Amino acid sequence: MDLLLAYEGLIAFVGINGLLALSIYATLSCGQLSLANAGFMAIGAYTGALITLHAPAVPFIVVLLAAALAPSLVAVPLGLPVLRLRGVFLAIATVGFGEVVRLVFVNWDFTNGALGLVAIPQRTHVWTIYLALAVALYVLGRLRGSRAGYALEAIREDETAARTMGIQSTAYKLSMLVLGAALAGLAGALEAHFTFIVSPAGYGFGRVVDMLVQAVVGGAAVFYGPVIGAAFLTVLPEVLRELGARLGLSPGPFRLFLNGVILLAVILYLPSGLASLPQRFRRRAA
Amino acid sequence: MAQQILNGVFVGSIYALFAVGYTLVFGVLDILNLAHAAVFMLSAFAALALTEHGLSIWIAMPLGILAGGVIGIVLERLAFRPLRGRSDSNISGLISSLAVATVFEAIALQLFGPDISRFPQGTFPDRTIAIGGASASLLQLCIVGISVALMAVLTFLLARTRLGRRIRAVAESPRAARILGVDVDKVIALAFFISSALGGAAGILFGLAFNSISPDVGRSVELKGLAVIILGGMGSVPGAVIAGFALGLIEVFTVAHVGSSYRDAISFAVLFIVLIARPRGLLGRAAAREA
Amino acid sequence: MTLVLANVSRSFGGVRAVDDATFAVESGEVHGLIGPNGAGKTTLLNLISGLIPPTGGTIELEGRRIDRLPPYRIAALGVARTYQNIRLFGGLSAADNVVVGRHLKRRAAPFWRRLLMLPSARREEVRAREAAEAGLARVGMRERARSQAYGLSYGEQRRVEIARALAAEPKLVLLDEPTAGMNPNEAAAVARLVREVAGEGRAVLLIEHNVRLVMEVCDRITVLNFGKVIARGTPAEVANDPAVIAAYLGDGA
Repeated sequence: MDLLLAYEGLIAFVGINGLLALSIYATLSCGQLSLANAGFMAIGAYTGALITLHAPAVPFIVVLLAAALAPSLVAVPLGLPVLRLRGVFLAIATVGFGEVVRLVFVNWDFTNGALGLVAIPQRTHVWTIYLALAVALYVLGRLRGSRAGYALEAIREDETAARTMGIQSTAYKLSMLVLGAALAGLAGALEAHFTFIVSPAGYGFGRVVDMLVQAVVGGAAVFYGPVIGAAFLTVLPEVLRELGARLGLSPGPFRLFLNGVILLAVILYLPSGLASLPQRFRRRAA
Repeated sequence: MAQQILNGVFVGSIYALFAVGYTLVFGVLDILNLAHAAVFMLSAFAALALTEHGLSIWIAMPLGILAGGVIGIVLERLAFRPLRGRSDSNISGLISSLAVATVFEAIALQLFGPDISRFPQGTFPDRTIAIGGASASLLQLCIVGISVALMAVLTFLLARTRLGRRIRAVAESPRAARILGVDVDKVIALAFFISSALGGAAGILFGLAFNSISPDVGRSVELKGLAVIILGGMGSVPGAVIAGFALGLIEVFTVAHVGSSYRDAISFAVLFIVLIARPRGLLGRAAAREA
Repeated sequence: MTLVLANVSRSFGGVRAVDDATFAVESGEVHGLIGPNGAGKTTLLNLISGLIPPTGGTIELEGRRIDRLPPYRIAALGVARTYQNIRLFGGLSAADNVVVGRHLKRRAAPFWRRLLMLPSARREEVRAREAAEAGLARVGMRERARSQAYGLSYGEQRRVEIARALAAEPKLVLLDEPTAGMNPNEAAAVARLVREVAGEGRAVLLIEHNVRLVMEVCDRITVLNFGKVIARGTPAEVANDPAVIAAYLGDGA
């Protein structure tokens, strides 16, 4: 119990980052690298915070649902044109979208511009975050092995071949973009009601890069991989902070350096991420 | 008006210089090199460190550019060569370049600290020149001049030299180039050298222009650079040049007529609209959409 | 069931890959499509399956125009295919590939049922898996059901691809060189399977380079050269057609 209190912030961020990494995984699972999620997160965070600030009587569950719904609604008109773009171009277009969202909030007086919203009541508890994470994992886990899950894998492997098998790839890709948007929006609102603030600076390109890195390091081949990656990369710097200090390195650069090295090592030597480690060891033992 | 055009050309020349290297690598490898902005930043720091050791900027600049090129070769070895031949190389290459960019940024943070560094006073003679109804500093004119000269050299190199022909052959088809006896690995390494040297040059000029360098200085230019290479057409060097100047002008006019807070939004709006309406960009050859 | 192509053309930047092709394929028929390399055979299959639109002419399936439909709609009307350059889902097992092939037959498996862990969802999944294994057994691949597709030999991959196409229980199957790279025993097994599939009342459009196999298996043959139909008829008729002989020997056309 003491441990939980001492590390409450860290434990909460493991969960929030887990949700965000899953939001990137949603589209990666059908082979699409969409980087719109910092934008979706911002929309969710602002939606949730605005409801709480202007209508405090609204139950938190409704706030969270609205925060998931708002970016999902944006994802549909965004997805229809951009999901036709291949590989890197989709990534670039969605980065552009994310920046536009951020800049809209910077320039919008209603949301207090670059300063953002402050003094949001704390309504998120650690258990709220982990309940949301559990639901997300359950949905994504059930997807695996379902008809839709097979369709997503087929699209990831070879979209053209999948289409000639009757798989309506655009609808599937759009559904996953919408699901990812909902998860990112949910995570945004949970974070906003935990840290008391939302400001555009928190939803820049760097944020979506963090999500992607966590998803890839954990492993985007299985639904729980991104959560492992998020937990690993959120906890590691805390563990290593002391080590870095002993080596005489300032914590900022050291953390950044490790993030980069780990990401490079994973992408080069462990393409299926940390989640594939047990399988590797088993294979080696056999 | 004349002043605005001048300012736009000035900013645009740096964007263009940054973007030609960015787009060159894309044209050759079909991979987005997200570490390009980190090379931009490291070169600027290299030139800064050299001037701090008392070297003239006219010696520090070429050395900084050279450093950029060498970093580019290291980058290629670390992040791209090991992935060659992997089926997902265009997404994994994007991620590995991001990883190396992170490492570069960490190194700069450790060496130079998170705060803004400035060139020593008197690095560049402070003189203003009037052109027509506008005025520009000698520094600004030199920046435009150097950018244009470097881009002209690149264009000549690609169009007229043996290396240029080989780079174009690899861009067209690495397999065919290999059959024709081209050392593909060497050509790619050289393309990275050129690309990163140009990116480094842009970084040094940017640092001089605004006299501020920090480990995250590449971030904003990185996203601007994306807008430029999309507008110009991925892989097209002349397209990147035109689009770089165009973006510089658009930004300056946006600041003048709409408001400075919308300056950055414009480049992303441009990027977005171009990708959806004309994915090939102005002069692009790469098809952005699925067949 | 009939597939009717009327004056179908397709150009790529001025080159007519398919030029005014007209022919029909009937239910229960194995229809051969032959011709020298580059005659436009694969392009024709891509046109029928909707991967590219024709630049002229019409394609009808059971009286319905399909030449402007997206591939997934054409598949839903009962068209399945294999690819000359094998396009299995490499990271999936052989059985999973065939399960994907059944996508259209699994409309009764909405995700919400699985989400609620309803027994009906579970039963449907078991059925799909059993059907996939039966499909693999049919091409002699049952014992490799769990193997990853890209680890299979060339011939095995071709057989899995055929099983995947048949898993949709299509009315029309397009087979693009299904025996390429196979040994004679494997090829003979495929030939038997093709006859069997036609015997179930399905139409088969078969591109094949193995002339002997074509002559044995096909009911009718259409011959393409430079995108044009130069002959059609029974195997015997086509074999004796002077235009065909000329095309294959390379003088003329």
